[in-house]
Amino acid sequence: MNPEQDFSATIEADRRIEPRDWMPEAYRKTMVRQIAQHAHSEIIGMQPEGAWITRAPSLRRKAILLAKVQDEAGHGLYLYAAAETLGVDRADLSEALIAGRQKYSSIFNYPTLTYADVGVIGWLVDGAAICNQVPLCRSSYGPYARAMIRICKEESFHQRQGYELLLTMMRGSAGQRGMVQNAVDRWWWPSLMMFGPPDAESSHTAQSMAWKIKRHTNDELRQRFVDMTVPQAAALGVTLPDPDLRWNPERGHHDFGEVDWSEFKRVVGGDGPCNAERIARRRKAHEDGAWVREAAAAHAAKASSALPEDRS
Amino acid sequence: MSTDWPLYEVFIRGRRGLNHVHVGSLHAPDEQMALRNARDLYTRRNEGVSIWVVRSDHITASSPDEKDPFFEPSADKVYRHPTFYEIPDDIPHL
Repeated sequence: MNPEQDFSATIEADRRIEPRDWMPEAYRKTMVRQIAQHAHSEIIGMQPEGAWITRAPSLRRKAILLAKVQDEAGHGLYLYAAAETLGVDRADLSEALIAGRQKYSSIFNYPTLTYADVGVIGWLVDGAAICNQVPLCRSSYGPYARAMIRICKEESFHQRQGYELLLTMMRGSAGQRGMVQNAVDRWWWPSLMMFGPPDAESSHTAQSMAWKIKRHTNDELRQRFVDMTVPQAAALGVTLPDPDLRWNPERGHHDFGEVDWSEFKRVVGGDGPCNAERIARRRKAHEDGAWVREAAAAHAAKASSALPEDRS
Repeated sequence: MSTDWPLYEVFIRGRRGLNHVHVGSLHAPDEQMALRNARDLYTRRNEGVSIWVVRSDHITASSPDEKDPFFEPSADKVYRHPTFYEIPDDIPHL
């Protein structure tokens, strides 16, 4: 078997491609793009909620939120490590993010206006992420699939803490219930956009499905998310802001309204409410950390050059 | 001066009695920082009782290109497996 047949046979048999295997250049490029974009999303995703760590209403909520944001950093690093197995360098990927050459999920370009947003992000945004990510645990690229397994285990805490936070607020004052509903109103549609453009307009889907780096289409996953979320919204006592949302017994699924894809394109294209702010913040963190990286490297160099003398 | 920290591979012993297993990699300026970063990154939920880190460029690996001939010597020695030997059913404890 030549390497190309070997690659196809491995995919066909539902086995995993590993870093040093031969792979088509287009597969390698697509995987780098997919993993890097996912890693960047985790890193940028620390910002919207990170803003609420100092303002969370109790020590318990602060500790939870801190742990969650720390997880996002961890997820970003698992994913950069997976991307590096394809021969790219983490420093170059970070550079590409800061320079705007690589993208991250457009959901993180929306602002977190109230503390209820923390709960709604956990419930809806992380819920949508889980819907997207569970099938990726079976991605044909081994290091990515393994990173996704770790991530999915941890995401479940994220979603549950968000929902519990909202349940608590819904048992509070009318003002608190209003905050929750307001946050749901603002996050519902952007959450549906997280699954990407409709199948008819999704250019990469067919090739990605053939390579088994994508297991379901955007519309399938979006439908699954809507069906999962409707009963959760009812139990919470909030209204999802879509007048066309209703159960369709013939399809066995919920029908729902049309997503505003012009908004999606605008935000992906860089013109969302917080795009510039997110990148500026990331750039500043990178630049402010430069002296730490330099000092640590200098210390390591000094310590390793001092070693032979210590031993003599 | 270059600030590109070297890459380390991380191995974790999940609990006593198990082998260390490869879990991923990370960048660090030196071994001690690699250990600390590995703790923060890969054991946030009691996933380990022991960590090894080793510089990625210190690992020697078999090449996937030669995998068939490399592992071929073990493929034709069926007599290394217990099922190769026929023993009557009525012999106990064998």
